[in-house]
Amino acid sequence: MDTPYGITLDTGSSLANHTGTWRTSRPVYVDRLPPCNHACPAGEDIQGWLYHAESGAYREAWQALVQNNPFPAVMGRVCYHPCESACNRATLDEAVNIHAVERFLGDEALKHHWKFDPPPEASGKSVLIVGAGPSGLSAAYHLARLGHRVTIYEAGPMAGGMMRFGIPKYRLPRDVLDAEIDRILALGVTLELDRRVDDILEAMRGGGFDAAFLAVGAHIGKRTEIPAVSAGRILDAVSVLRGMETGERPQLGRRVIVYGGGNTALDVARTAKRLGASEALIVYRRTREQMPAHAAELEEALEEGVMVRWLNTIKRIDDTTFTVERMTLDAEGRPQPTGELETIEADTLVLALGQDVDLSLLDHVPGLAVDKGVVRVDGNMMTGHAGIFAGGDMVPCERTVTVAVGHGKKAARHVDAWLRGSVYTPLPKHDLAAAAQINAWYYADAPKSVQPALDALRRQSGFEEVLGGLAEDTALFEARRCLSCGNCFECDNCYGVCPDNAVVKLGPGKRFEINYDYCKGCALCAEECPCGAIAMVPETI
Amino acid sequence: MKLQPVKFYQKQTFTVGNRLVAGHARAVQANMRRTNSLNSGHRACQGCGEALGARYAIDAAMQATGNRVIAVNATGCLEVFSTPYPETSWQIPWIHSLFGNAAAVASGVAAALRVKGRKGDRVIAQGGDGGTMDIGFGCLSGMFERNDDVLYICYDNEAYMNTGVQRSSATPAAAHTATTPAARGRSGNVFGTGKNLPLIAMAHEIPYVATASIANLRDLEVKVMYAMSLRGARYIHISVPCPLGWGSLPADTIKLARLAVESGLFPLFEAENGEITGRYQLRHRVPVTEYLKLQKRYAHLFGDTPDLRTIGEIQAIADRNIRRFGLAA
Repeated sequence: MDTPYGITLDTGSSLANHTGTWRTSRPVYVDRLPPCNHACPAGEDIQGWLYHAESGAYREAWQALVQNNPFPAVMGRVCYHPCESACNRATLDEAVNIHAVERFLGDEALKHHWKFDPPPEASGKSVLIVGAGPSGLSAAYHLARLGHRVTIYEAGPMAGGMMRFGIPKYRLPRDVLDAEIDRILALGVTLELDRRVDDILEAMRGGGFDAAFLAVGAHIGKRTEIPAVSAGRILDAVSVLRGMETGERPQLGRRVIVYGGGNTALDVARTAKRLGASEALIVYRRTREQMPAHAAELEEALEEGVMVRWLNTIKRIDDTTFTVERMTLDAEGRPQPTGELETIEADTLVLALGQDVDLSLLDHVPGLAVDKGVVRVDGNMMTGHAGIFAGGDMVPCERTVTVAVGHGKKAARHVDAWLRGSVYTPLPKHDLAAAAQINAWYYADAPKSVQPALDALRRQSGFEEVLGGLAEDTALFEARRCLSCGNCFECDNCYGVCPDNAVVKLGPGKRFEINYDYCKGCALCAEECPCGAIAMVPETI
Repeated sequence: MKLQPVKFYQKQTFTVGNRLVAGHARAVQANMRRTNSLNSGHRACQGCGEALGARYAIDAAMQATGNRVIAVNATGCLEVFSTPYPETSWQIPWIHSLFGNAAAVASGVAAALRVKGRKGDRVIAQGGDGGTMDIGFGCLSGMFERNDDVLYICYDNEAYMNTGVQRSSATPAAAHTATTPAARGRSGNVFGTGKNLPLIAMAHEIPYVATASIANLRDLEVKVMYAMSLRGARYIHISVPCPLGWGSLPADTIKLARLAVESGLFPLFEAENGEITGRYQLRHRVPVTEYLKLQKRYAHLFGDTPDLRTIGEIQAIADRNIRRFGLAA
């Protein structure tokens, strides 16, 4: 035996002892679905792009973002961010200010003129899209990236749909909107403005299109019957907001009543204030809690001096005199008349009671089903007529820009599969990353960064954007508040806390693996994982 | 404190590594090429805090000395589970003699190295709370008062776990052990017994004394590395929860170490030449019940009628520590 002087016995390494045989359950690395991604109607991988933003790699972050949504600068301004309502960080301090980071990335892209990757080789197929709103443009973007030739017919004089004709400038500056639309068109998408489609089948035949995606939106303001002794000046909200864009500024007068409780009602009331109205009064038949408008928008409107009469209906109109009746809620929470009447003086009444879809282009399409004024589509966004797909406000859904953008993406994938003669099957979704799986200890307290807001006086006098963007350092701070729920961010905790050195570090970007020869299954790695990216799975014996 | 807190509020501040900070600001344990001084295949229980603490400490010492560490081990869990002949998990020169003489053997090794002029080779003695505080106490005190050039590390799991969980002088009040049962009207270990070895070490006015926890890895590493930068007798006392002896889940080992610190029961501080020079201020102070209720050795305090008086007395110990060591933020 070849041992040093005085040493008579050789020693072996404990590596011969495979302690993995002790294990009754094994740690397994998983990727869970972060709640923000789960909540995003546009299907963004929010945690994924925040991961890049955290290291200051804004271009990579933007590229990851636009995999799913071509409108980050728009979306960061107008989306009602259901992601933030779902954010697990809210259980620690406050939700991550996701929309502000998204807007920052969108603005960075515009500032530096970042372009989309050019489409791959052409598929030889061509698709007609009717309507250049968020849904149509989103579909155009995704179809173009899939190699199809895309043509958009837009009935109006400008592209953008409700992003332009429904959302006022002070929430979405038009240069931002134009720039993001232009970037989509630069992919080779053909846009024909002032081109109304009266018969979709004829339009498809005429242009030799292989498939069509309809996204005409909902642009007809709903009416209601109000007894009028002598009719005053009554407008509908859609026309008012549309008029702001087409140059024919609506004459609203000094005192304006807006009837309705949705976001459009608030947009009109805030627009009226900016046009010089001294009084902008919203009349809504239900309570503040029941209002469909977004709470933050209501807050901003109230700051600007918009007034609201909750639980009121308009009973009668006599020129400039409006009789309103107080309502009360019954046991089911529905408003019921009380008989208490009051009169208000106003120059104009604007109806903001919701919108209907103009479905006349579908009159002669066989197989198509219409339900409650919207087009019925199957799970693949296809209408009853093969090859014609539809999305956005004209199908049953919550009517927001983000939902519309999501429809565009989803439809594009199904149109693409249909054109190739197959069916698109999405990848199975991961399990949701729950707040209970977060090990809060490892995250420092960091309250959310607040966007600067324009002061109320300047808001009342013009159409300047109300909310500012985050500066670079605050955006970075905000991105780093992300907990990375359910997705490994390579913090090395598992590698560090294993008492048996059974976690193998594979190097930057490559994550880790478990050496099951030695892992005893103590679960320390799973317990101390900050973001819940390790699951314990029982061993089968 | 030698540890410069990284101003990094958002995330990963408290984790082992962090892709967003420079390499030198990351823990030794985050390094792909850490020495793994205590290798895989050792026979420690699932979720052993001592195995973890030993690797943390010795890897940090290896890093600080350019891999020139010789370890002397007292008898105890660490010795038994790491080195059952003919196997060893140690990837460093390592010697075991008796239960009570680790400090004396280490003094001898240090003397031999001095005689041979091997200045770069450094000696660490290590043992559990039994081998350190009870059986090896005389040798340890001698090593301190002679100011021998040895870092002594005590891995404190608060009882003789290897032999079947018997009480040691580190066993906390009210804890159930085989020799202080919580049964037949007795309520675990007696209040007012035991000793505080870090304070006794400080009374020797040796160059460096520190306490550390496996729940605060960077703090532990920085303390070990600082200790290795000094000469003379040094002492580090590390809290290492024991799933077997404490009756806790293996997965809760680090959580328990953290709760021991954040409740005030295990204060983290450091001292030079007998004077306290640094203290860890509690980040999320918790009541002691958070810590106690995860352990079966305190199960008799809970149940249908919680022993509020005893829990209150343990809370008073924690509160006194917080006041005495200035732990409140």
